[in-house]
Amino acid sequence: MTKMSPPDEQRLAFLRGLTQPRISRGDFMRGAAASLAAMALGQAGAADAATVTDWHAWWAAQKPTKEFVFANWPLYIDVSSNGKDHPSLDAFTKQTGIAVTYDEVIQDDPSFYAKVAPVLKSGQPTGYDMMVITDGWYLTELLLQKFLVPLWRAKVPNFDKNASPSVKNPPYDPGNKHTMVWQSGLTGIGYNPKLTKREINSFEDLWDPAFAGHIGMFSDTNELGSVGMLKLGINPTTSTPADWTKAASVLREQKDKKLVRQYYDQSYINALENGDIWITMAWSGDIYQANSKGFKDLKFVVPKEGCSIWHDNMCIPVGAKNPLSALAWMNYYYTADVAGMIEDYVNYICPVPAAKDYILNVIKDPDVANSPLVFPPESELARTHEFRAFKNYAEYKKWVDIFSPIVQG
Amino acid sequence: MRRLRGTLAPYLLSLPSWVYLAIFFVIPLGSMLGLALATGDPLDGYVPAANFSEFAQAFSQYQAEFVRSFIYGTVATIITLAIAYPVAYWIAFHGGRNKSTYLFLLVLPFFVTFVIRVLAWEFILCDQGFVLGPLKRLGLIPPSAHILSTQWAVIGGLVYNSLAYYVMPLYVALEKIDRRVVRAAGDLFATPAVTFIRVIIPLSAPGIFAGFLLVFVTNVGDFVNADILGGTGTTMIGNVIQDSFFVNQDYPLAACLSSMLMFLLMVAIFLYARVFGTDTIQDYAA
Repeated sequence: MTKMSPPDEQRLAFLRGLTQPRISRGDFMRGAAASLAAMALGQAGAADAATVTDWHAWWAAQKPTKEFVFANWPLYIDVSSNGKDHPSLDAFTKQTGIAVTYDEVIQDDPSFYAKVAPVLKSGQPTGYDMMVITDGWYLTELLLQKFLVPLWRAKVPNFDKNASPSVKNPPYDPGNKHTMVWQSGLTGIGYNPKLTKREINSFEDLWDPAFAGHIGMFSDTNELGSVGMLKLGINPTTSTPADWTKAASVLREQKDKKLVRQYYDQSYINALENGDIWITMAWSGDIYQANSKGFKDLKFVVPKEGCSIWHDNMCIPVGAKNPLSALAWMNYYYTADVAGMIEDYVNYICPVPAAKDYILNVIKDPDVANSPLVFPPESELARTHEFRAFKNYAEYKKWVDIFSPIVQG
Repeated sequence: MRRLRGTLAPYLLSLPSWVYLAIFFVIPLGSMLGLALATGDPLDGYVPAANFSEFAQAFSQYQAEFVRSFIYGTVATIITLAIAYPVAYWIAFHGGRNKSTYLFLLVLPFFVTFVIRVLAWEFILCDQGFVLGPLKRLGLIPPSAHILSTQWAVIGGLVYNSLAYYVMPLYVALEKIDRRVVRAAGDLFATPAVTFIRVIIPLSAPGIFAGFLLVFVTNVGDFVNADILGGTGTTMIGNVIQDSFFVNQDYPLAACLSSMLMFLLMVAIFLYARVFGTDTIQDYAA
C-alpha cells in the first residue's frame, strides 16, 4: 500500500482543492488584483492627475503628432471584406498622415475602468489617446476625478455643424466639455411575437402575468431603475430618491410574482434568440443585428411611455500623448461620409443625421439608411430619456442600495 | 556545530515554503481582513479603520445568499458523491486493463474551459432546445416549462463541474483496497451487499472524506453556475461578492463577505471533521 498516511493524503487533497486553478477564478483574481492596486493607489495619486489647472495653456503647448491610439469596444467600427482592415481608419491616415493604433480592448465599462483607473490615479499615462465610455457612473467617476482632458472645441468644428441635437449638451457632460458621442442606443422592449402571441407597446407588458417566467430584465441597475420609473410615468433624468424607491417597489413586485426569468447582461440576446425569454428589455442595435443574422421574428419597440437612450462617448484620458490627433479624429468622424461609412457596419444610432443620405446614395444600403433603429426620426428621439446623471458618490450609492438588492437576492 | 546544523536543517529546508505561505497566503489574507474594516468610497479611496459594524450589516443583508450557498453546496456535493461513487467503484474494480483510459475519458471534458462547458449546458437546456423542444412539441410538458433559471439548473451545473474532482479521490481510495480483504469477507459468508457496506465503504472513507471537502468548498464559493444557469432567486454569495467588487466598487463589502464565507466554511469543515473525523478514518484504514 502507500506510504502516505490517510490524514496527510486528505490534507493534500484539501490543499489541492483550495488551489485548484480554474479559468474563471484566474480571471477573477487578476481583476481583483488590479482593483486592489487601484484602491491602494487611491489616496496617493489622485492629486497628480489633476495638476493641470490651465487647460488652454496645456493645449497651446501640444505639438501635432503622427500617431493616435484608440481604445474601443469589439465590433464597433467598419471592417473591410478581408476582415482585418478598417477603411475609415485607413482613410484617416491617408488624409492626415496620422497612423492609428486601434485596440478593441473594452469589453464592458466596469472592467475597463478597473484597468485604467489605477494607472490614472498614479498619475501615469494609460497609453490611450482616446477611449469610448458609456454614460453612467464610470464616466461620471472619470469626470469627477478630472481624469478626462477638457476638449479644445475650436478644433472640432464639425461637431457643432453636423451633430444630432440628441447628442449635444447631454446631462452627464453639460456643453460637451469632455466627451463626444460615438454611438447611441435605445433601451426599449425586444420581443418574439410568435411566443408572446400579441403585439407589444408598453412597459406594462413586462409585468404581464401571461409571460411569467419568460420576461427578461437587465442586471445593470441604471437600466433597470429607469424602466421602473418609465412604467410609472416618471422621467428618470430628473428623478428624485423618492421616485427611485417607488420604482424599486414595482420592480420588486415583478420579481416576487416570479414574472422575471433572469436579470441579464449582454447574454439576454441569446436567451431571446433561443426562445427562453419571450419579451425583454433590449438594446435597439442588438435586435437589428439579430434580425440581420437570421432571427427575423424578433421585434424592437419603443414603448408608448418612451424609453432610455444611452451614449458611448469618445473622450481623451489625461496623460494622452497625442491629444491633437484625437481631436483630429473627432472632427473627421463628425462628417456624413465617415460617420456613414462606420454606421453602415455598426448599426446603432448614428450621431450624424446627414450620414443617412450618404448611406442611401453613396453606399446604396437602403436597409440601414431607412431603418428607424439606426436613424430614428425626430419624433422618436423626442420620446427618449437620458439616464439620471449622478452628481456625487453618495447619490450613486443611494441608487445602488435601492436597486441592487432586486438584482441580487 | 554539526549537531546544530542537523537540528536546523529541516527548518532551513522548509524556509521557502514558509516564505511562500507568508507572501501568497498570510499577507493577502491580512490585507483582505484590513480592507473589510476600511471606510470610504471609490472616489476618495478607502482608508483603514475599525468598522466592525460592516460585518453585522453585511451578514444581515446577505444572510439568505449565505444560507442558499451552503444548501446548494451541500446538496450538490451529496448528489456528486452518489454519482461519483459507482463510477469510481466500477473503474477501480471492473476497469481491468483500461482503467487509465476510463480515467482519461472522465477528465477529457475538463480540457475545455470551465465557462464554455457551463455555456454549453445553457444551450442544451434552453427552452426550445433539443432536450425540451421535442418534449414540448409532443405535448409531454407545458410550453412554458423550463429547466434553466431554476435552482436545479444551478445545482446540476455544480454537480457536473465537480464530478471528476470527486471521482479521483474515490478512485484512489478504492484502488488501494486489498482485494484479499474483500475475498476474506466472502469466505466469512458475507453477502456482496454486506461486504460492500461493512468492508468497502469503510475502507474508502478517506476518499469520501477528501472528495467531500474538495467539492464542497469549491461549490459553496462558486458564482459562475448561478450566473449562467440560474435565475432570479438563485443568487449565491459568490455572485454578491463578484458584483460588489467589480460593479459597485464596494471593496470593503466584498472583502467582508469573503472573510465571512471563509470563516463559515472553516466552521463547517471543522464540524464535519469532528463528526466524520480523521480518527474514525484512521481506525478503518489501520
